Amino acid sequence: MAEEKKVAAYICQGCGIGERLDTANLAKVAQKEGRVNLVREHAILCNAEGVKMIRDDIANEGVTHVAVVACSRRAKTEAFSFPEVALARANIREGVIWVRPDTDEARETTQEMADDYVRMVCAELKAMKLPAGNPDAGHSRTLLVVGGGVSGMTSALAASQAGYSVVLVEKTGQLGGWAANLHKRMPAHEPFKDPQDTGVSDMIEAIAAASDIKVYLNATVAQTSGAPGRFKVSIATESGATTEEDIGAIVQATGFSLYDASKLSDLGVGSSANVVDQAGLEKLAKAAAAANAPIRRPSDGAPVKNVVFVQCAGQRDASGTHLPYCSGHCCNTSIKQAMYFKDANPEIDTTVIFTDLRTPGNGEDFYRSAQRKEVTFTKGRVSRVEATGNTCKVNFHDLILDDQNASIADVDLVVLATGQVPNSGVNIDLPAEAGADEEGQKVVSILNLSYRQGKDLPQLKWGFTDSHFICFPYETRRTGIYACGPVRRPMDIVQAMEDATGATMKAIQAIENAALGRAAHPRAGDLSFPRVRIEGCTQCKRCTVECPFGAIDEDEKRYPVFNEGRCRRCGTCMGACPVRVISFENYSVDTVGQQIKAVDVPDEFSEKPRILLLACENDAYPALDMAALNRIQSSAFVRAVPVRCLGSVNTIWVTDALNSGYDGVMLMGCKHGDDYQCHFVKGSELATYRMSKIDDTLKQLGLEPERVATYEVAITDIERVPQLINDYAAKIEEIGLSPMKGF
Amino acid sequence: MTEIVATNQTILVVGGGISGMTAALEAAECGKQVVLVEKEASLGGRVSQLYRYFPKLCHPTCGLEINLRRLKSNPRIRVVTLAEVTGLTGKAGDYTATVRVSPRYVNENCTACGACGDAVSSEVANTFNYSLNKSKAAYLPHAMAFPQRYVLDPSIIGTAEAEKAKAACKYDAVDLGMQEETLSLKVGAVVWATGWKPYDANRIQPYGYDRFANVITSVEFERLADPHGPTGGKLLRPSDGKEAKNVAFIQCAGSRDENHLRHCSRICCMASLKQTNYVREKGGENARSTVYYIDIRAIDRFEDFYQKVLADPQVKFVKSKVAKIVEDAKTGDVVLHGVDTEGYHRYANAHDLCVLAVGMEPSVKGMDIPAEIIADSSGFLEINSATAGVFGAGCATNALDVNRAVQGATAAALRAIQVVNRVARAEG
Repeated sequence: MAEEKKVAAYICQGCGIGERLDTANLAKVAQKEGRVNLVREHAILCNAEGVKMIRDDIANEGVTHVAVVACSRRAKTEAFSFPEVALARANIREGVIWVRPDTDEARETTQEMADDYVRMVCAELKAMKLPAGNPDAGHSRTLLVVGGGVSGMTSALAASQAGYSVVLVEKTGQLGGWAANLHKRMPAHEPFKDPQDTGVSDMIEAIAAASDIKVYLNATVAQTSGAPGRFKVSIATESGATTEEDIGAIVQATGFSLYDASKLSDLGVGSSANVVDQAGLEKLAKAAAAANAPIRRPSDGAPVKNVVFVQCAGQRDASGTHLPYCSGHCCNTSIKQAMYFKDANPEIDTTVIFTDLRTPGNGEDFYRSAQRKEVTFTKGRVSRVEATGNTCKVNFHDLILDDQNASIADVDLVVLATGQVPNSGVNIDLPAEAGADEEGQKVVSILNLSYRQGKDLPQLKWGFTDSHFICFPYETRRTGIYACGPVRRPMDIVQAMEDATGATMKAIQAIENAALGRAAHPRAGDLSFPRVRIEGCTQCKRCTVECPFGAIDEDEKRYPVFNEGRCRRCGTCMGACPVRVISFENYSVDTVGQQIKAVDVPDEFSEKPRILLLACENDAYPALDMAALNRIQSSAFVRAVPVRCLGSVNTIWVTDALNSGYDGVMLMGCKHGDDYQCHFVKGSELATYRMSKIDDTLKQLGLEPERVATYEVAITDIERVPQLINDYAAKIEEIGLSPMKGF
Repeated sequence: MTEIVATNQTILVVGGGISGMTAALEAAECGKQVVLVEKEASLGGRVSQLYRYFPKLCHPTCGLEINLRRLKSNPRIRVVTLAEVTGLTGKAGDYTATVRVSPRYVNENCTACGACGDAVSSEVANTFNYSLNKSKAAYLPHAMAFPQRYVLDPSIIGTAEAEKAKAACKYDAVDLGMQEETLSLKVGAVVWATGWKPYDANRIQPYGYDRFANVITSVEFERLADPHGPTGGKLLRPSDGKEAKNVAFIQCAGSRDENHLRHCSRICCMASLKQTNYVREKGGENARSTVYYIDIRAIDRFEDFYQKVLADPQVKFVKSKVAKIVEDAKTGDVVLHGVDTEGYHRYANAHDLCVLAVGMEPSVKGMDIPAEIIADSSGFLEINSATAGVFGAGCATNALDVNRAVQGATAAALRAIQVVNRVARAEG
C-alpha cells in the first residue's frame, strides 16, 4: 500500500469549548493554515458518536493522521485511542478555556490561543509518522541469573515455574550463598516465635530437578554484550573454558560480603578469639548442632554461659569511619541467635545491647518471644570490649540510666552485629584507572558489560545498585538487567526472596517487550525508537556520553551505535545532538520545531508577546492540567508544548523560537540533585546546563538573558506553576517585546 | 450492564492502590489480560493521599501519573471501580469471582466538565481528605482521579439535588436509574491487594483523639500539608485554624502494643521524620517538632534520613511512650504527659498540635474474605501458596513502605502469571 498521508482534524465543541470559542474559525485555521485534508466539528467528540465518526474516517476515508482538538492528552485517552494512525492532541480545554476568564476583553486573546494550538497540532502531525517498532528486536527467552544464593535460586525457580529457561551462574563450587552457612533463619510465618530451618537444601534440590535451569558452578560472566532479547553472554568456568549463551534478560543477585570486622578493634576483634561476628556465631552454632553439643567459646572450648550481642557494630556510623547505614536484618538476627542459646539452656545469660531495636512488622512478635525467653535487651552504646583471659568485659553507655560507665563482665562470647556490604562490581562513576577499593584490591566486574558507559550496573549509594525511585523499585538504569537481594539494599531472607521474585517478573517482561520491539518502563509499550541520520553525525559523542541508560555504544569508526532494546525513548540523545541527526518517528526535532514555527507571532506593535513553554509531560504538564481543573488563570500569551523530558529539548528549538520573534522561552522540568525526580535521571539537569550555555547566543542576537528561563517544578505545584507563568509574562512586559520580530 | 471478557487465563487484581495497580500493570505489560477491581470511585489508594514520600520527599502523584499513563495506554487492563469482590469459588486456573458494583450514577459520557458539581448545593464529607472538609455531593474524587469521571453521592439520589445534577449535564452522563450490579468473572489467578487502613485512633483512649480537636492522625496531617488538601497546604490546626508551629509526633500510636496492634507498622517512624520536614517547610525557622518514640526504626538505607533530622536543631526526640494527653481549654493547646526514659524525667509539654503516628491495619481485617485467602492472626495475608492461585500483595500482606509494597506486588504478578501460563500450556 502506498504511504499516502491523509491528515484530519476533529474539533470538539463540548465542555464549553463551543460557547467560549469560535470553532468555525478553528476549522478554518486547520484547513487554510494547517492545510489538513479533512476537518470536522463535533458537539461532544469523546462520546460514542464522535469517536465513531473518527473511526469511520480512518476506515472509509483513509485517514492516516488524526488531530484531536479538544481536551488535554491526559483526558479521554482511552476514547481517543486509534493505534493504527498517527495521533496528536491540541489541548484547548485545560490549556485554553479553563485558564482564561470568560469575559469580553479576554475573548480575542483566548481565541488566538486556541487558533495557535490548532496551527501547532497540524504542524506537529504533518511531521509525525506512526512508529513501526524496533527493527532489531531480540527473541531469546532465556533468563540469566548471576549468583546462586537464596535470591538467585528464588529467581531461577520463579522463572522456570513461569515457563522460561534459565542459566544460573555461581562463582563458588556450590549453590546456597550465605544462607547455606546459617544454622537457622528467622521465622517467615506465624507464630514468629522460634527460628526455623533455612530451606536452602530444598531449593538446591528443586533447582537440580528443574530441567530448564542450567547451572554453571565455579563460573563468572566474562562478557555481556547486546541488548534485551539478544544479549550474548560469555561464561567463564574454572577450567578456563568459556561458553556463550543467548540471553533475553538478566537478574543480578550477587548478594553481599561481611563488613570487615578487623576494623573493629575497639570492640575486641583481634584481641580475643571470643569476639565473633554474626556469621562467626552461625558457624559455632552449626558445629554445636552437628555435634549435638552446646555452643562453645572459641578460646578454650568451654560452653558459653554468658553472651552479649552488640548491635550496629561498625554500622549506623555518622563519623564516616564505618558503614553509615543500618543493615536491617541484624536486630532480628541477634534475637534469633540469642534464642540458639536460650532454647538450648534457659540459664545462659543473653544480653542484646542496642540503640534502636528494629524489628518491623511481625518481627515484633519475634522480639516479644525473645523477651518471654528472658533474653535481656539493654539500650546502650558499646564503647569498648576488653579481653581478659577467656572472658571479655563489655563497657557501654547505658542510655536508660544515663550511666557512662556501665559494663558486663565475665562474658564468654561477644557477638558483633556487623553490616552487609554489597557485591556490586565496578563503580562505573569512578575514573577507570581507580578500579580498586580502599584496600587496594582490584574490584572485579560482575557483568563485564561491553557498554560504552561501563562494565556494571550504576550504583546508587554506598555501593548498592538500588533503584532511585520509590514507586518503581525495578526502574533500572540498564534496561533488561535487574538487581535483587542484598546487592541493592540491605535485607533479610524473606525480603530477598520477595525481591528476587519481583526482579524476575521484570526480567520476563523485558523479554516479552524486547521480542515485540517495545520500550520498557516508564514509556512502556512505546514503539518509537531513535533514528539517526548517521551521514550527518560529527562523532561529537554527546549522545553516547549523556544517554542515561547506556544504550549507545561506538563502532570502530567512533560513530554511535544505538541499541534500541536498551533505549527508554526519553530523547536525551535528541536533545544532546548539536547537528540534530537524532529523532523519533512520532517525536522529533521537527515535530516540536514545526509547532514552534506554526505559532502566529504578532508584530512588535501588537503588545501581545509570545512565550514558549516547554513542559515535562510527567510533572509540569499534569500540574498545568490540574491548575486548569481548579480554574487558576494564567497568561494568554503562553504556548505550551509537552516534551518527553527536558533532556530531549534541543537548543535549536529555543534559538529558533527567539529568532522567529518569541519574547521568551520557559522550560519546566523536574527537580535535580541528589534527590532528583527526573525519571530519565538527569534530563532536567542537562537542560539547565545546556540553557546556561545559551547566553552567548542570546548576546549575539542582542537579547537579554531573561528571555530563556528554566524552572524545577513538581506535579503538586498547581498554584506555583501558573504563578511562574504570570510572573514571567510580567517580566517580559517589563523588559519589552523582542526586537527580533518580523525578521 | 458492565461487560467484561474474562477467561481462566485472566488475572483478577483486587484493590487499585499502588500495589494493585502495580500488579495489574506488570502483568498486563507482560501480555496478560487483567481485571482490576477497586472499591473506591477512583484508583490510587492511600499513597495518592500522601503529600510527599520519604526519603526523597518527592510526590506520590508523580508516580501515580506514570502509572495512570501506563494504564490508559494499555488495552489489556479492564478497570472496575466502586466494586468489591464478594465471593471466589473454584481452584487455581479456574476461579469464578463474584463482584458487586455500586452505582456511580454517572456513566462513561462524563467529560469531567464540572457542570453537575456547580449545579448541586448539598455537601458531603470529603473522604479523600479524611473528612477534614466537605465536597459537593456531585464530585470528582480528586484532581488526578481515574477514571476522570464525577460521582453522585448516594445520599442525594431521589432528591431534587440529583435532578439538578442531571439537568446540568449536557452529555447525558448522569444516570439516576443506575442500579447495583453483580458480575461473575471467570479468572485463572487472583492478586489480593486490598491494602491497609489507619488504626482507629479513638481506641487509644489516653490520647483523646475523639475529645481533642488538635489531636489528629498522621494520615490527616498529610492532607493538611498537601496543596490539594482542605487547608490548601497550610498546617492549620482544627480547633481555631491557627498555624501549627509546635507539633508533637507520638510514635507507635496503636502499634507494638498487645492491646491494639501487636506488630510494628514499619512506616510510622520514617513518616514522622518526614513530617518534621513539613513543619519546617511550612513554618520556617520558628517551627518546632518533638518526636516521642520507643525506637526510631529508620531501617536500612533510610538511616541517613534519620541522621539528618537528628541534626536539625528544630527537631527534638524524647524516648517515651506518652502516658496521656490533656487539653488546655483556654488555648486549645494539647499537653503531653509522660516520662522521658533516658534519665527518667517527668514532663508535661504543651504543643499546638499533636500528630498520632497511627498504625497500619490490614484492610481485610473484619472483611468477609473468600476462604481461599489465608490470613494470620493480625489479618495479614499469605503472599504465596503451594496449591492455590490467590496471592497477597502489598500492605495486605505485611506492614510495608511503598517501595517494599511495590516489590511484593511485582512478585505477586509473577506468581499469578505462573498460574495462567500453566493454564495456557495445558490448553495448548
